[in-house]
Amino acid sequence: MNIYVVMKRTFDTEEKIEINNGVIDEEGAEFIINPYDEYAIEEAIVLRDEHGGEVTVVTVGDEEAEKELRTALAMGADQGVLIDVEDLDEEPDHFTIAELLAAYFKDKEYDLILGGNVAVDDGAGQVAPRLAEKLGINQVTTITDIKINGTSATIERDDEGDVETVEAQLPLVATAQQGLNEPRYPSLPGIMKAKKKPLETIDLDDLDLDEEDVAAKTRTVDRYLPPEKEAGRMIEGGPETQVDELVGLLKNEAKVL
Amino acid sequence: MNFALTKEQQMIKDMVKDFAQQEIAPKAEEVDRNERFPEETFQKMGELGLLGLPFPESYGGSGADTVSYALAVEEVGRACGSTGLSYAAAVSLGASPLYYFGDEKQKELYLKPLVTGEALGAFGLTEPNAGSDAGGTKTKAEKKDGRIVINGEKCWITNAAYAKCVIVTAVDGKDDRGRNNISAFIVPTDTPGFTITSPYEKMGVRGSNTCELVLEDVEIPEDHVLGEPSGGFKQFLYTLDGGRISIAALAVGIAQAACEKALAYAKERKQFGRSISEFQAIQFKLSDMSMEIELARNMVMKAAWLKDQGKPFTLEASYAKLYASEMATRVCNEALQVHGGYGYMREYGIERMLRDTKLMEIGEGTSEIQRMVIARQLGC
Ligand SMILES: Cc1cc2nc3c(=O)[nH]c(=O)nc-3n(C[C@H](O)[C@H](O)[C@H](O)COP(=O)(O)OP(=O)(O)OC[C@H]3O[C@@H](n4cnc5c(N)ncnc54)[C@H](O)[C@@H]3O)c2cc1C
Repeated sequence: MNIYVVMKRTFDTEEKIEINNGVIDEEGAEFIINPYDEYAIEEAIVLRDEHGGEVTVVTVGDEEAEKELRTALAMGADQGVLIDVEDLDEEPDHFTIAELLAAYFKDKEYDLILGGNVAVDDGAGQVAPRLAEKLGINQVTTITDIKINGTSATIERDDEGDVETVEAQLPLVATAQQGLNEPRYPSLPGIMKAKKKPLETIDLDDLDLDEEDVAAKTRTVDRYLPPEKEAGRMIEGGPETQVDELVGLLKNEAKVL
Repeated sequence: MNFALTKEQQMIKDMVKDFAQQEIAPKAEEVDRNERFPEETFQKMGELGLLGLPFPESYGGSGADTVSYALAVEEVGRACGSTGLSYAAAVSLGASPLYYFGDEKQKELYLKPLVTGEALGAFGLTEPNAGSDAGGTKTKAEKKDGRIVINGEKCWITNAAYAKCVIVTAVDGKDDRGRNNISAFIVPTDTPGFTITSPYEKMGVRGSNTCELVLEDVEIPEDHVLGEPSGGFKQFLYTLDGGRISIAALAVGIAQAACEKALAYAKERKQFGRSISEFQAIQFKLSDMSMEIELARNMVMKAAWLKDQGKPFTLEASYAKLYASEMATRVCNEALQVHGGYGYMREYGIERMLRDTKLMEIGEGTSEIQRMVIARQLGC
C-alpha cells in the first residue's frame, strides 16, 4: 500500500504562546507535530506494518518543519517530503496548502492519504477535505478506526459523539480523530535511523506552479489571545434572592436578557 | 563556537521529555512514598532504546552521543529523581565499564542485555569501610584452581537487585610499590554465595533500588576479569568521570523541576493582596535559581561535549558534578522556601526533590572529593 500522511508543524498550544502585532512569537513558542496528525502517522505505520508498502509524510512549510518530518521518520515513516513555501510573498491559507498538496499528488500513486481532523493552531479542518475534492477521491473525516480489506476500507467515524460505520473505496482521504490510536514515542534507534532516511524538499517550480496559482483566498486580519479569565463572583442569600440577583445581573450587567 | 543542539540531540531531548512527563512524572510521588522500584518504567525505557543510548548499534545500542545522554538524564531527573538515579547508574556505572573495558565475549554476554533493558547494570565499589577512599577496598579476589574466588561486602549499590551481573571491585594482589592492586570483576548475580538484599531506609531517591552485597566464596571463571588485570583503579576512575557528567545532569533536572514549581507557585500564591512573585525578595530567589541552573547546565554540556570529542574531561566533569549538585540542593531548598508551609508538605513534591537531590552531593564522589580532584588537576 502507498500510504501518505499530510502533516502540519504547529506551535504547542499547551505551552505559553505570545502574540506580537497579530503574529505569533515563534522564538518563544514550542513547535510540535499537530497532535491529530500524530494519530494519522501512527495509523499509517500500523497499516503499513500490516499490509506492507510505504509511508510518506508530506508537509507544506519552511525548513524548520524538517524537524517534525524527522520525528515522523523516527516514529517509523519511510520518507519525508517538504514542500517549501518560505519564498512565498503572501501568507499561505488553507486554499494555498490544499492546492500545493493537490499538485504534489497529481502524478503520485496513492491508496490512502491520512491527515489530522483539524490542526490545533487554527482549528479549521479544511486542508484534507479540500485535497480530496481536488483529487476527486473519497473522503471520510474524524475517523476513530480503520480496517483495510483489499481495495475498500471499513471505517468508524466520530459523529459528534455517535459512532458511524462507513465503507469506502480506496483511494481515500481520511482524517484522524482522537481515539484512533495511541501514537508511539519515536524510539532512540528510530531517531538515529531517521538521519539516513530520504527527506526531499521541493518548491513551487518543481510542482509547475506560479505564486498566483496558489494565492491565498483569505487574509488574516488580526490574531489575539482570549481575554484572561476573571475571578468568578459568588451570589449569596436564599434561593429567591439569588435568582433575583442573577436575573438582574444578566439583564443589566451582561445585557443578555 | 556553536551552542545549538543537532537535530538528533533536539529530537532525543523532546522524546525523552515527552516520555518522562507522561510516564515517569505521574509516578514520582508514589515510588518515593512506597519505596517502590518502577520496573515497568525501565522496561519501557529499554524498548525506547534509552538504556542503550550511548552505545553503538553493533551492541544493540542507539549510537547517540554523551550530549544526548546528558539531555536524557536531565529530562528523566526533571520528572523523578529516583528514576533518574537508577537510569544514570544503569548506563554510566553498570553498562559503560563493560563497553569501555570488556572484551567481545563479555560485551556479547553482559553488555547486550543491559542495552536492551533485559537487565539493569550495577557497579559495586563502595564498602562499609571504603567510601571516598576506594583504595581501602577490603573485598578480596584470589585465584584458585583456575577460578577466581571473591570474598567481601559492598554497600549502597544501585540497581543490584535488578541486575544479571554486578561489576565488583576487589583487591587481587599488590603492585610494585607494595600497594593494594584493585581489579574489576563481572559477577553474575546467580552465583552461589552472592547475596543481594535491600535493607536500607533512605532519606531520598527512595524509588531507586539500593543494595547490600555479601560475597562469600563467590567463584567466577578467570575470564570474568574486566579489562586489563591491575588496571582496575584507573578503569573505575574513568568510569566515575563519565558518571559524574550524568549525576550533574540529574541534579540540573531536579533543580529545573523545583524552579518551575516555585515560579508557578509564586505567581499563584497571594499574600498582602498581591502575588508573592511581585515581592522583590521572591523575585531575586527565582532569578538566582534560574541563573544557577543555566550555568550548571552549560558546564554539563561542555563536559559531555569534551567527552564526545575524545578530549580530556576529568576537570570539567568534576566542575559540573560539584557545581550542579550543590546548586541543586540550594535551588530545591529555596524552592521549598518560596512555597512556605505548603513546601514542607509532601503533597507539593518539593520536599521530595530536596531529599532526592541531596544524594547528588554524595554519590559518585562527594563534593569534598570533587574539590580534591579539581585541586589535583590544578597541580596541587
Ligand atoms: C543512594 C546511594 C546510592 C549509591 N550507589 C552506589 C553505587 O551504585 N555503587 C557504588 O559503588 N557506590 C554507591 N554509593 C556509595 C557512594 O558512592 C558513597 O557513599 C560515596 O562515595 C561516599 O562514601 P562514604 O559514604 O563512605 O563517605 P566517606 O568517604 O566516609 O565520607 C564521609 C565524609 O568525609 C568526607 N571526606 C572523606 N575523605 C575526605 C578527604 N580526604 N578530605 C576531605 N573530606 C573527606 C566526605 O566528603 C564526606 O563528607 C551510593 C550511595 C548512596 C547513598
